[in-house]
Amino acid sequence: MGTYPAECPRHARQGAHSYVSRVTAPPVFELRDVYAGPADAPILKGIDLVVPCDGILAVAGPSGSGKSTLLRLLNRLDDPLSGTITWEGRDLADWDPKELRRRVAMVFQQAPIFPGTVRDNFLVALPELDDERAHHVLDHVGMPRELLDRPADRLSGGEAQRMSIARALLTDPAVLLADEPTAALDFAARRTVEDLGLEVATSGVPLVWITHDTTQLRRLANHAVVLIAGEVAAFGHISELDVHDDVRVRELVGAPQ
Amino acid sequence: MNRADIGLLGLAASSILIAVALGISLWRRLGLERDLLVAALRALVQLLIVGFALQLVVDDDDPLVFSLLWLVVMHVFAAYTTWRRAKDVPSVFALSLLAYSASAVVTLGVLFGFQVYDLEGRTIVPLAGIVVGNSLSATVLVSRRLFDAAKERRPEIEGRLALGLSASDAFRPILRESLRTALVPQIESTKAVGIIALPGAMVGLILAGVDPADAVRVQISVMYLVLGSVATTTAVMSLGISKQLFTRSDQLIRRD
Repeated sequence: MGTYPAECPRHARQGAHSYVSRVTAPPVFELRDVYAGPADAPILKGIDLVVPCDGILAVAGPSGSGKSTLLRLLNRLDDPLSGTITWEGRDLADWDPKELRRRVAMVFQQAPIFPGTVRDNFLVALPELDDERAHHVLDHVGMPRELLDRPADRLSGGEAQRMSIARALLTDPAVLLADEPTAALDFAARRTVEDLGLEVATSGVPLVWITHDTTQLRRLANHAVVLIAGEVAAFGHISELDVHDDVRVRELVGAPQ
Repeated sequence: MNRADIGLLGLAASSILIAVALGISLWRRLGLERDLLVAALRALVQLLIVGFALQLVVDDDDPLVFSLLWLVVMHVFAAYTTWRRAKDVPSVFALSLLAYSASAVVTLGVLFGFQVYDLEGRTIVPLAGIVVGNSLSATVLVSRRLFDAAKERRPEIEGRLALGLSASDAFRPILRESLRTALVPQIESTKAVGIIALPGAMVGLILAGVDPADAVRVQISVMYLVLGSVATTTAVMSLGISKQLFTRSDQLIRRD
């Protein structure tokens, strides 16, 4: 199991052990000896990880190190080959995947756009959507309300990503998983999506955010897990990782020279 | 003499048309001579065999069980052909066998249940042949399309799954599109019938000396049969395939 960062909020640290008895348990993932990927060539090899904190946990690592594979386990788009993953103290395998995915929402690198207008896209997430709720969520992600009836495939890349975040928020998630949500965006759009991520985290929904952009990592995250070749190379507060023994870890979190 | 009684001489004469095609291929260097010859010969041999075999089942005093046996062989062969043309689609043999059989039960059930035709070898074998023959390409098409769509449109499907939709809800828009694509050509050709094309069954009947008004009634029932069977087969097939694409935990199975 990873070491807890010293700065981790106290309730979350307790939560990792006693959330079963808490009424409002902090959303905590706990992975034990997780293998995942193709059975003949696992990508993740024995991951032990606790996601105990509020705010944004960055997932860093070279491409192919298993970042997306890890994230997709957390909302059960895939299942691990072996090992256990719990969320809110309950084995993920015991959750109904549909219920789990509404609580553990996910946004992707390329925001999937469903046919129709922005409203149609929202309706996929929330069939009982009314104007008030739609406007509220548009305000939240910083999109003009008049975009509601715009064909979704005519949005810019940044708008589409913000729409997909809004869509995910409509399921009222307890956690938001983000798989390099800004990788396909230009600089300005990247900043607005980052700001939105920070805002969502501040509003009490923690994020697990994959990034290979060290500037972004340092701007967003309090904590990071660094994956190398399918294993946890380091986990902790950014300030800890900055002085990590392994130079690869320091590079992957953009530690000052 | 029956007007459609073509003798060996007549057959030989009609094969002049193959010679015409061969000539064109040679003249324009299409390199299709071999294919043309093989196709023409195969059609001849296959149909002669089928004609001979049909005689065994369609005579009025033949027991119905021969016809049923014929149907079974035909369905298995159709499923085998579907498998050959869409090998990478999981469980395609079993699923298409199920789809063709379901379609035969529904469509022939209606035709014979309402006594549109008398239940005998002479009617059951050709009608079942039409059901399978016309459903085959649509079944292959819908299988391939669904399977490819599950790969190409993985992000869209997983986008819906990630919002908590069930596998069937997440796949429904794609299923709908694929079914429409399979059915629309059939609907279009049904619309065009009589104006652009004179259908084969009707032509055959008229050539064989049947009154055109009677031929038309037969043809209409056949067209409705084809529409009904294509719809049934593709529906069963696509529902079956979409079940194969997902795990029980609403996960889209990776196949690359």
